[in-house]
Parts: sequence; structure tokens; C-alpha cells
Amino acid sequence: MNGPHDMGGMQSFGPVTPEPEHERFHAAWEKRVLATTLACGAMGVWNIDAMRSSRESLPPADYLASSYYEIWFKALVSRLVAEGLVTPEEVETGIAQGPGQPVPNVMTADRVGPTLAAGSVYTRAPDVPPSFAEGQAVRTRLMNPTHHTRLPRYARGKPGVIEAVRGFFVFADTHAQNLGDQPQWLYTVRFEGRDLWGPEADPSLSVSIEAWESYLEPAT
Amino acid sequence: MSGGHVHDHHHDHHHDHDHHHDGSTLSEMDLRVRALETVLVDKGYVDPEALDLIIETYETRIGPRNGARVVAKAWLEPDYLAFLRRNAGDAVASLGYTGRQGESMVALENTPEVHNIVVCTLCSCYPWPVLGLPPVWYKSPAYRSRVVIDPRGVLADFGVTLPAEKKIKVWDSTAEVRYLVIPERPAGTEGWDLEALAAIVTRDSMIGTGLVTVPGGGAS
Repeated sequence: MNGPHDMGGMQSFGPVTPEPEHERFHAAWEKRVLATTLACGAMGVWNIDAMRSSRESLPPADYLASSYYEIWFKALVSRLVAEGLVTPEEVETGIAQGPGQPVPNVMTADRVGPTLAAGSVYTRAPDVPPSFAEGQAVRTRLMNPTHHTRLPRYARGKPGVIEAVRGFFVFADTHAQNLGDQPQWLYTVRFEGRDLWGPEADPSLSVSIEAWESYLEPAT
Repeated sequence: MSGGHVHDHHHDHHHDHDHHHDGSTLSEMDLRVRALETVLVDKGYVDPEALDLIIETYETRIGPRNGARVVAKAWLEPDYLAFLRRNAGDAVASLGYTGRQGESMVALENTPEVHNIVVCTLCSCYPWPVLGLPPVWYKSPAYRSRVVIDPRGVLADFGVTLPAEKKIKVWDSTAEVRYLVIPERPAGTEGWDLEALAAIVTRDSMIGTGLVTVPGGGAS
């Protein structure tokens, strides 16, 4: 989806503001949003790609006017409501109108450590060989899907080179839509700055993305 | 269940409020987040003790000091550097750093010829087990938009200037591969032990927006 989250190459956001390492949060509520988001994710009702899709589906003006934890909060509420786990009235009032729906998991305190330390495995056993090899010239497809995708706009329809074959990974586009893992080979593809940004680009610059095989075609 | 915990959080939030002068946005978010958390706890979806533990984990146990030890060990031990090159995930896990958002790790070595910078233009993908939670600037539109088209401009915001001929490789984390930059070891640190070296490795140097320098600028 060509949403407001796909920011690579935009130029009007001003300077980056560095911060000291110890500044992890700017308000107490941000900590609660982090923890609530992770705990709700651990319920197993949606996956990480579906939550990314919820965030980037916020209205563009809202997304751009929100801090990152505000985006997380709004997307979490939107997802919880869409899944039928809470009602907008409950979120508004803070008063539960009834018991919760059954969910696959509730992350109890004793499972926090093991759950965070384990992470989630997004690689799968390959059932086909990779179509591209390290060093091979490729081109990203020119496409504008209306669903979640991880091929940024700035890198569509561009010539690049396979820098690494990373493995056989769950495909974010289908995973986000609850259409299954549909794993594919994943590659790091490197582009010369000038192929992305034109002849005025910094000649020392190159940029890579991770691209699933269906994002790519052989260079012609 | 656990009503006392919810009450404790409320107290914390009020306390926090009294010391903020940012106006109504924080106050409104504070109330909205508290309302959601209360509903989720009352419906049995989240355990308030688990929320506290998640926050404690990312405030005190998982942060950039983990990555700093990986870097220092790579500087000191050729065998460990070889392990990082061969399988960064296992090499990082061998120091006890595993889990969420670090499932597929890759180490990027800075050299006199090449400087690596990591970004996630589409959201905020970041190697949590070695660097902890991403800083606000890493998630900001300013950084996500600009570092792929004008990395030297972004580096200037961090007070970093690189030679014009040095190649800059930007890595946009568009899938579940997570990158850790191994910065160049500065001159003047010969004979330093792991703890002393780790102490000068900054978070920004492991993202690629900083360089490691010897404090005071002189040789040891």
C-alpha cells in the first residue's frame, strides 16, 4: 500500500535530532503502550506483519501527526476492535462491558522472559531452490499493491545486484493479510545511489533492501 | 484480578503528570492508554505483572551495552569475529543475547573504505537483543526519509563527517533480517581489555550514525 509510512526519499522532515542512550521513553504512557502492544501480540490473534499493516493503514494525516508510540497505540486499538476483542465504547470509557473473548494465549508474568528471549522464527524449510544467486543482476518489479508490502516505493522498478541470499522466509505480504506464510527466498538487493535518485546522487552511496523473490525479475 | 496493580500504575501516571509541562497531548494519551490497559486487564487479555516485567526487561536488561560487548569481543578475538561473519545470530546468542527482533542477525563491518548505516524506512525494525529499543530519532520521519537519499546530511546532524571517497552502504531493513554495525576500532586503544573497549562503543556507532572515539581524543 502506498501509505504515509513509506518515507524513503522524502525531503521535508527537517534535521534528525540525536538523543543520549539512556533516553528510552519520553512519557510514562509510552512504556505502557510498548508493554501492552507486546503482551497483546503474544495473545496470538494476529502476527507482526498484520500489526505493521494496521499501523500503516492509519489515515495518512493522522500517521504523520502522531509520535511513534501514538501510532502503536492507535493501531493496537484499531486491531483489537477489528478482531472483536474490545468495543470502541470500552476503549473510550475504560470500563469493560463484559468478559473477554477466548484467545490462544495470555502472557503471564512467568512467561515474559522465555517469550521475549525466544522471539519468533520467520524462516522455513525451503522446498524450492533460490532463483537468483549472489552477484546476479536483477530488477525489482514495478508494482503498486493495495495491500501490505515491504517493497518501498523508492526501490520499485530499479536495477540492482543480489548482495546476499538470506534464506527462505515467511512472505510478509500474505502473512499480513492472514493468507498464510507462503514462504519465499529472501535476498539482500543493492542499488547504486544514482539508479535510485538520478545522476546528481552522491556517487559514494549505495542502498540495499531485503526483497522476497516475487519482488524481483532477472535483469534484461 | 490484580486491581492493586492497576491502582499502582494510576498513581505513577499522576505523579508523572505533575512534572510534565508539555500540555494536553500527553495528558490525553495518558488517560487513553490507562483506559485501554484497564479494559484489557479486566477482560483477562493481559496480566499487569507481565506488563511491568516487559518494561523492566527493556529498561534494565536489554540495551546497547549488549551490542557493545559483541563489538569489543569482535575487536579483540579474531575467532569471534570469524564466528560473527559466519553466523552472527549464533555468535550473538553465544553471549546470551537472543530473542524478539533479533531472530536473523547479520554483522556489518566498517572498514577504512566502507561505512555502513542501518535504517528501516517503512517502520522501525531494529536489532533489539543487542541494541534494545530504538531511539526516537531512528523511528522519526526525518531519519527514515533522508538517510537513504542523503546519508552524509544525516551524519552531519550527528556531527560526523566522512571522507568524500569513502563508500556509504545504507541497509534498509525491509524484512526480518536485523543488522549490527561493527564500527572501526579507534587508534589509541591498543592493549585495552573487553570492558574498557565496550565502554567506548556507542549505540549510534552500532547503527552507523556515529564513530567510536577515545574519550578526550588522545591516545591512552
